[in-house]
Amino acid sequence: MKKNYMNPYLAGTMLGIVLLLAMFISGRGLGASGGIKYCVVSVVGAVDRQHASNSVYYNKYFENGQKPLKNWLVLEIFGIVAGGFISGAVSKRLTFKIEKSPKISNKRRLIFAFLGGVFFVYGAQLARGCTSGAALSGMAVLSTAGFVTMIAIFGSAFAFAWFFRKNWI
Amino acid sequence: MGPISSSFIFPEWLEMLAAFLIGTGFGFALEQGGFSSSRKLAGMFYGYDTTVLKVFFTAAIVALIGSQLMSYLGLLNLNQVYVNEFYVAASIVGGVIMGAGFIMGGFCPGTGICALSIGKIDAMIFVAGGLTGAFLFAESYPLIQDLANASYRGPVRINESLGLSSGLFTLIIVAAAALMFWIAELAEKRFARPDITAEI
Repeated sequence: MKKNYMNPYLAGTMLGIVLLLAMFISGRGLGASGGIKYCVVSVVGAVDRQHASNSVYYNKYFENGQKPLKNWLVLEIFGIVAGGFISGAVSKRLTFKIEKSPKISNKRRLIFAFLGGVFFVYGAQLARGCTSGAALSGMAVLSTAGFVTMIAIFGSAFAFAWFFRKNWI
Repeated sequence: MGPISSSFIFPEWLEMLAAFLIGTGFGFALEQGGFSSSRKLAGMFYGYDTTVLKVFFTAAIVALIGSQLMSYLGLLNLNQVYVNEFYVAASIVGGVIMGAGFIMGGFCPGTGICALSIGKIDAMIFVAGGLTGAFLFAESYPLIQDLANASYRGPVRINESLGLSSGLFTLIIVAAAALMFWIAELAEKRFARPDITAEI
Protein backbone atom coordinates (compact mmCIF):
# COMPACT_ATOMS: atom_id res chain seq x y z
CA MET A 1 0.00 0.00 0.00
CA LYS A 2 1.55 3.27 -1.06
CA LYS A 3 1.70 6.06 1.46
CA ASN A 4 0.20 9.48 0.93
CA TYR A 5 2.37 12.43 0.05
CA MET A 6 3.57 14.70 2.80
CA ASN A 7 1.52 17.77 3.67
CA PRO A 8 2.59 20.33 1.02
CA TYR A 9 3.34 23.09 3.53
CA LEU A 10 5.56 20.70 5.49
CA ALA A 11 7.31 19.48 2.33
CA GLY A 12 7.76 23.11 1.29
CA THR A 13 9.32 23.92 4.67
CA MET A 14 11.72 21.00 4.26
CA LEU A 15 12.63 22.18 0.75
CA GLY A 16 13.14 25.72 2.05
CA ILE A 17 15.51 24.48 4.75
CA VAL A 18 17.52 22.53 2.13
CA LEU A 19 17.73 25.72 0.03
CA LEU A 20 18.82 27.73 3.06
CA LEU A 21 21.49 25.13 3.84
CA ALA A 22 22.75 25.31 0.25
CA MET A 23 23.00 29.10 0.55
CA PHE A 24 24.79 28.83 3.88
CA ILE A 25 27.28 26.17 2.78
CA SER A 26 27.98 27.07 -0.83
CA GLY A 27 26.78 30.66 -1.20
CA ARG A 28 24.49 29.48 -4.00
CA GLY A 29 20.95 28.18 -4.17
CA LEU A 30 19.67 24.97 -5.72
CA GLY A 31 19.81 24.05 -9.40
CA ALA A 32 18.83 21.31 -11.80
CA SER A 33 19.06 22.46 -15.42
CA GLY A 34 22.69 23.54 -14.99
CA GLY A 35 23.71 19.96 -14.22
CA ILE A 36 21.89 18.75 -17.34
CA LYS A 37 23.87 21.29 -19.36
CA TYR A 38 27.20 20.11 -17.90
CA CYS A 39 26.35 16.50 -18.80
CA VAL A 40 25.74 17.55 -22.42
CA VAL A 41 28.86 19.72 -22.52
CA SER A 42 30.91 16.83 -21.21
CA VAL A 43 29.56 14.36 -23.78
CA VAL A 44 30.08 16.79 -26.67
CA GLY A 45 33.63 17.42 -25.46
CA ALA A 46 34.35 13.69 -25.33
CA VAL A 47 32.81 12.91 -28.72
CA ASP A 48 34.14 15.85 -30.72
CA ARG A 49 36.74 17.89 -28.90
CA GLN A 50 37.50 19.90 -32.02
CA HIS A 51 33.90 21.04 -32.32
CA ALA A 52 33.83 21.94 -28.61
CA SER A 53 37.06 23.96 -28.86
CA ASN A 54 35.83 25.87 -31.89
CA SER A 55 32.50 26.81 -30.39
CA VAL A 56 32.08 30.06 -28.46
CA TYR A 57 29.58 28.22 -26.28
CA TYR A 58 31.41 25.01 -25.34
CA ASN A 59 34.88 26.48 -25.30
CA LYS A 60 34.51 28.25 -21.96
CA TYR A 61 33.76 24.97 -20.19
CA PHE A 62 37.07 23.40 -21.17
CA GLU A 63 39.40 26.27 -20.30
CA ASN A 64 42.33 25.41 -18.02
CA GLY A 65 41.70 21.69 -18.42
CA GLN A 66 38.44 21.71 -16.46
CA LYS A 67 36.31 18.60 -16.36
CA PRO A 68 32.64 19.58 -16.74
CA LEU A 69 31.37 16.45 -14.97
CA LYS A 70 33.34 17.16 -11.78
CA ASN A 71 31.06 19.93 -10.89
CA TRP A 72 28.81 21.04 -8.05
CA LEU A 73 25.69 21.06 -10.25
CA VAL A 74 26.28 17.58 -11.66
CA LEU A 75 26.82 16.06 -8.22
CA GLU A 76 23.66 17.81 -7.09
CA ILE A 77 21.72 16.00 -9.83
CA PHE A 78 23.09 12.63 -8.70
CA GLY A 79 21.94 13.66 -5.23
CA ILE A 80 18.41 14.43 -6.48
CA VAL A 81 18.24 10.92 -7.94
CA ALA A 82 19.43 9.40 -4.65
CA GLY A 83 17.09 11.52 -2.52
CA GLY A 84 14.09 10.87 -4.74
CA PHE A 85 14.85 7.15 -4.67
CA ILE A 86 15.17 7.07 -0.86
CA SER A 87 11.88 8.95 -0.50
CA GLY A 88 10.16 6.65 -3.00
CA ALA A 89 11.49 3.61 -1.14
CA VAL A 90 10.39 4.92 2.27
CA SER A 91 6.91 5.73 0.96
CA LYS A 92 6.67 2.60 -1.22
CA ARG A 93 6.33 4.42 -4.51
CA LEU A 94 9.10 2.68 -6.47
CA THR A 95 7.55 1.29 -9.62
CA PHE A 96 8.16 1.55 -13.36
CA LYS A 97 5.22 3.27 -14.95
CA ILE A 98 4.12 5.83 -17.48
CA GLU A 99 1.92 8.29 -15.66
CA LYS A 100 -0.76 9.77 -17.89
CA SER A 101 -4.42 10.52 -18.27
CA PRO A 102 -6.41 7.41 -19.26
CA LYS A 103 -7.75 9.42 -22.22
CA ILE A 104 -4.41 9.52 -24.05
CA SER A 105 -2.07 6.84 -25.35
CA ASN A 106 1.35 6.02 -23.93
CA LYS A 107 2.90 7.18 -27.18
CA ARG A 108 1.23 10.57 -27.01
CA ARG A 109 2.29 11.01 -23.37
CA LEU A 110 5.91 10.17 -24.15
CA ILE A 111 6.08 12.42 -27.23
CA PHE A 112 4.80 15.36 -25.19
CA ALA A 113 7.13 14.48 -22.30
CA PHE A 114 10.09 14.59 -24.69
CA LEU A 115 8.99 17.87 -26.28
CA GLY A 116 8.37 19.35 -22.85
CA GLY A 117 11.90 18.45 -21.81
CA VAL A 118 13.36 20.02 -24.96
CA PHE A 119 11.43 23.26 -24.45
CA PHE A 120 12.02 23.48 -20.73
CA VAL A 121 15.78 23.05 -20.74
CA TYR A 122 16.21 25.18 -23.87
CA GLY A 123 14.34 27.99 -22.09
CA ALA A 124 16.33 27.38 -18.90
CA GLN A 125 19.64 27.83 -20.73
CA LEU A 126 18.37 31.10 -22.19
CA ALA A 127 17.07 32.41 -18.84
CA ARG A 128 20.17 31.05 -17.03
CA GLY A 129 18.20 28.85 -14.68
CA CYS A 130 14.99 26.86 -14.34
CA THR A 131 12.30 26.65 -11.67
CA SER A 132 14.97 25.76 -9.08
CA GLY A 133 17.99 27.84 -10.04
CA ALA A 134 16.25 30.94 -11.36
CA ALA A 135 12.75 31.07 -9.88
CA LEU A 136 13.03 29.45 -6.42
CA SER A 137 16.64 30.28 -5.52
CA GLY A 138 16.31 33.67 -7.20
CA MET A 139 13.26 34.61 -5.16
CA ALA A 140 14.98 33.56 -1.94
CA VAL A 141 17.73 36.17 -2.53
CA LEU A 142 15.18 38.74 -3.76
CA SER A 143 16.75 38.82 -7.22
CA THR A 144 14.66 40.61 -9.84
CA ALA A 145 15.61 37.94 -12.37
CA GLY A 146 14.12 35.29 -10.07
CA PHE A 147 10.78 37.05 -9.76
CA VAL A 148 10.54 37.84 -13.47
CA THR A 149 11.45 34.28 -14.48
CA MET A 150 8.98 32.81 -11.98
CA ILE A 151 6.13 34.97 -13.29
CA ALA A 152 7.07 34.17 -16.92
CA ILE A 153 7.15 30.38 -16.27
CA PHE A 154 3.87 30.15 -14.38
CA GLY A 155 2.11 32.77 -16.51
CA SER A 156 3.11 30.98 -19.69
CA ALA A 157 2.08 27.55 -18.38
CA PHE A 158 -1.34 28.95 -17.43
CA ALA A 159 -1.66 30.66 -20.82
CA PHE A 160 -0.82 27.48 -22.74
CA ALA A 161 -2.81 25.15 -20.44
CA TRP A 162 -5.98 25.38 -22.53
CA PHE A 163 -4.18 24.08 -25.65
CA PHE A 164 -2.86 20.99 -23.88
CA ARG A 165 -5.89 20.27 -21.68
CA LYS A 166 -6.60 17.00 -23.44
CA ASN A 167 -3.33 15.60 -22.09
CA TRP A 168 -4.25 16.25 -18.48
CA ILE A 169 -7.98 16.61 -17.83
CA MET B 1 29.87 33.70 9.37
CA GLY B 2 28.39 32.05 6.31
CA PRO B 3 28.49 31.21 3.56
CA ILE B 4 31.11 28.68 4.60
CA SER B 5 32.56 28.57 1.06
CA SER B 6 33.62 32.23 1.31
CA SER B 7 35.92 31.69 4.29
CA PHE B 8 36.97 28.05 3.92
CA ILE B 9 38.42 26.33 0.86
CA PHE B 10 36.72 22.99 0.52
CA PRO B 11 38.89 20.09 -0.60
CA GLU B 12 37.40 18.75 -3.82
CA TRP B 13 36.00 15.56 -2.31
CA LEU B 14 34.21 17.50 0.42
CA GLU B 15 32.75 19.95 -2.06
CA MET B 16 31.45 17.09 -4.21
CA LEU B 17 30.06 15.35 -1.13
CA ALA B 18 28.31 18.54 0.01
CA ALA B 19 26.77 18.97 -3.45
CA PHE B 20 25.60 15.36 -3.44
CA LEU B 21 24.06 15.64 0.04
CA ILE B 22 22.29 18.90 -0.73
CA GLY B 23 20.95 17.27 -3.89
CA THR B 24 19.79 14.31 -1.80
CA GLY B 25 17.83 16.59 0.52
CA PHE B 26 16.44 18.41 -2.52
CA GLY B 27 15.29 15.20 -4.22
CA PHE B 28 13.86 13.79 -0.99
CA ALA B 29 11.81 16.94 -0.30
CA LEU B 30 10.53 17.08 -3.89
CA GLU B 31 9.45 13.43 -3.88
CA GLN B 32 7.78 13.67 -0.45
CA GLY B 33 5.87 16.72 -1.63
CA GLY B 34 4.45 14.81 -4.61
CA PHE B 35 6.62 16.43 -7.28
CA SER B 36 7.40 13.02 -8.76
CA SER B 37 3.88 12.96 -10.24
CA SER B 38 3.31 14.85 -13.50
CA ARG B 39 -0.47 14.77 -13.09
CA LYS B 40 -0.10 16.34 -9.67
CA LEU B 41 2.24 19.02 -11.04
CA ALA B 42 0.01 19.74 -14.05
CA GLY B 43 -3.00 20.00 -11.72
CA MET B 44 -1.69 23.43 -10.80
CA PHE B 45 -2.64 24.78 -14.21
CA TYR B 46 -6.17 23.34 -14.18
CA GLY B 47 -6.83 24.05 -10.49
CA TYR B 48 -7.55 20.50 -9.32
CA ASP B 49 -4.26 20.17 -7.41
CA THR B 50 -2.29 23.21 -6.28
CA THR B 51 0.55 21.38 -4.52
CA VAL B 52 3.07 23.11 -6.80
CA LEU B 53 2.11 26.54 -5.55
CA LYS B 54 2.01 25.49 -1.89
CA VAL B 55 5.37 23.69 -1.85
CA PHE B 56 7.12 26.23 -4.07
CA PHE B 57 6.05 29.36 -2.19
CA THR B 58 6.44 27.78 1.24
CA ALA B 59 10.02 26.86 0.31
CA ALA B 60 10.69 30.33 -1.08
CA ILE B 61 9.45 32.16 2.02
CA VAL B 62 11.19 29.76 4.44
CA ALA B 63 14.52 30.35 2.66
CA LEU B 64 13.84 34.07 2.32
CA ILE B 65 12.89 34.62 5.98
CA GLY B 66 15.65 32.25 7.11
CA SER B 67 18.37 34.02 5.15
CA GLN B 68 17.17 37.49 6.17
CA LEU B 69 17.10 36.38 9.81
CA MET B 70 20.56 34.79 9.60
CA SER B 71 21.89 37.95 8.00
CA TYR B 72 20.34 40.06 10.77
CA LEU B 73 21.92 37.82 13.42
CA GLY B 74 25.30 38.06 11.69
CA LEU B 75 25.37 34.38 10.70
CA LEU B 76 25.19 34.85 6.93
CA ASN B 77 26.69 37.55 4.77
CA LEU B 78 24.12 38.02 2.01
CA ASN B 79 26.61 39.98 -0.10
CA GLN B 80 28.51 36.71 -0.52
CA VAL B 81 25.42 34.78 -1.66
CA TYR B 82 24.92 34.59 -5.41
CA VAL B 83 22.23 36.89 -6.81
CA ASN B 84 20.98 35.88 -10.26
CA GLU B 85 22.03 38.23 -13.01
CA PHE B 86 19.14 39.92 -14.74
CA TYR B 87 19.04 39.76 -18.54
CA VAL B 88 15.57 41.19 -19.11
CA ALA B 89 14.78 39.70 -22.52
CA ALA B 90 16.31 36.30 -21.78
CA SER B 91 14.48 35.96 -18.45
CA ILE B 92 11.11 36.68 -20.05
CA VAL B 93 11.53 34.74 -23.31
CA GLY B 94 13.27 31.85 -21.53
CA GLY B 95 10.52 31.79 -18.90
CA VAL B 96 7.78 31.67 -21.53
CA ILE B 97 9.53 28.78 -23.31
CA MET B 98 9.90 26.99 -19.97
CA GLY B 99 6.20 27.44 -19.19
CA ALA B 100 5.28 25.86 -22.54
CA GLY B 101 7.62 22.96 -21.73
CA PHE B 102 6.05 22.62 -18.28
CA ILE B 103 2.50 22.18 -19.60
CA MET B 104 3.62 19.84 -22.41
CA GLY B 105 5.89 17.65 -20.33
CA GLY B 106 4.35 17.93 -16.87
CA PHE B 107 7.73 18.36 -15.22
CA CYS B 108 10.46 20.91 -14.70
CA PRO B 109 14.10 19.74 -14.75
CA GLY B 110 14.39 19.15 -10.97
CA THR B 111 11.05 17.36 -10.67
CA GLY B 112 11.75 15.32 -13.83
CA ILE B 113 15.02 14.04 -12.37
CA CYS B 114 13.27 13.35 -9.06
CA ALA B 115 10.45 11.43 -10.79
CA LEU B 116 12.78 9.26 -12.88
CA SER B 117 14.43 8.13 -9.66
CA ILE B 118 11.25 6.32 -8.59
CA GLY B 119 10.74 4.73 -12.01
CA LYS B 120 8.49 7.15 -13.91
CA ILE B 121 9.17 6.35 -17.55
CA ASP B 122 7.60 9.60 -18.77
CA ALA B 123 10.12 11.43 -16.57
CA MET B 124 13.03 9.52 -18.13
CA ILE B 125 11.81 10.62 -21.57
CA PHE B 126 11.36 14.19 -20.28
CA VAL B 127 14.98 14.29 -19.07
CA ALA B 128 16.14 12.81 -22.40
CA GLY B 129 14.28 15.72 -24.00
CA GLY B 130 16.01 18.04 -21.56
CA LEU B 131 19.46 16.79 -22.57
CA THR B 132 18.42 17.33 -26.19
CA GLY B 133 17.22 20.84 -25.34
CA ALA B 134 20.57 21.71 -23.73
CA PHE B 135 22.36 20.37 -26.82
CA LEU B 136 20.11 22.36 -29.19
CA PHE B 137 20.74 25.49 -27.13
CA ALA B 138 24.49 25.05 -27.28
CA GLU B 139 24.41 24.44 -31.04
CA SER B 140 22.05 27.34 -31.75
CA TYR B 141 23.86 29.71 -29.38
CA PRO B 142 25.51 31.77 -32.15
CA LEU B 143 22.03 32.52 -33.56
CA ILE B 144 20.48 33.63 -30.28
CA GLN B 145 23.38 35.08 -28.34
CA ASP B 146 22.21 38.63 -29.06
CA LEU B 147 18.87 37.84 -27.43
CA ALA B 148 20.55 35.94 -24.60
CA ASN B 149 22.73 38.92 -23.68
CA ALA B 150 20.32 41.77 -24.45
CA SER B 151 19.30 44.38 -21.86
CA TYR B 152 21.70 43.25 -19.13
CA ARG B 153 20.97 44.81 -15.75
CA GLY B 154 23.45 42.98 -13.48
CA PRO B 155 22.65 41.10 -10.26
CA VAL B 156 19.84 43.44 -9.19
CA ARG B 157 17.61 42.91 -6.18
CA ILE B 158 13.92 43.65 -6.64
CA ASN B 159 13.46 45.46 -3.33
CA GLU B 160 16.34 47.82 -4.16
CA SER B 161 14.80 48.64 -7.55
CA LEU B 162 11.54 49.45 -5.76
CA GLY B 163 13.29 51.43 -3.04
CA LEU B 164 12.10 49.13 -0.23
CA SER B 165 14.06 47.50 2.59
CA SER B 166 14.59 43.75 2.32
CA GLY B 167 12.62 43.22 5.53
CA LEU B 168 9.58 45.09 4.28
CA PHE B 169 9.69 43.34 0.91
CA THR B 170 9.95 39.97 2.66
CA LEU B 171 6.82 40.85 4.62
CA ILE B 172 5.00 41.73 1.38
CA ILE B 173 6.01 38.39 -0.15
CA VAL B 174 4.80 36.48 2.90
CA ALA B 175 1.46 38.30 2.75
CA ALA B 176 1.19 37.60 -0.99
CA ALA B 177 1.99 33.92 -0.40
CA ALA B 178 -0.66 33.67 2.32
CA LEU B 179 -3.21 35.17 -0.06
CA MET B 180 -2.21 32.72 -2.80
CA PHE B 181 -2.45 29.75 -0.40
CA TRP B 182 -5.99 30.84 0.43
CA ILE B 183 -6.90 31.13 -3.27
CA ALA B 184 -5.25 27.74 -3.92
CA GLU B 185 -7.37 26.05 -1.26
CA LEU B 186 -10.50 27.59 -2.80
CA ALA B 187 -9.42 26.55 -6.31
CA GLU B 188 -8.97 22.93 -5.26
CA LYS B 189 -12.62 22.87 -4.16
CA ARG B 190 -13.92 24.80 -7.15
CA PHE B 191 -12.01 22.79 -9.77
CA ALA B 192 -11.94 19.49 -7.90
CA ARG B 193 -11.43 16.41 -10.09
CA PRO B 194 -11.85 13.44 -7.75
CA ASP B 195 -11.47 11.07 -10.72
CA ILE B 196 -7.92 12.37 -11.30
CA THR B 197 -6.82 13.00 -7.71
CA ALA B 198 -7.90 9.50 -6.67
CA GLU B 199 -5.37 8.06 -9.12
CA ILE B 200 -2.35 10.19 -8.25
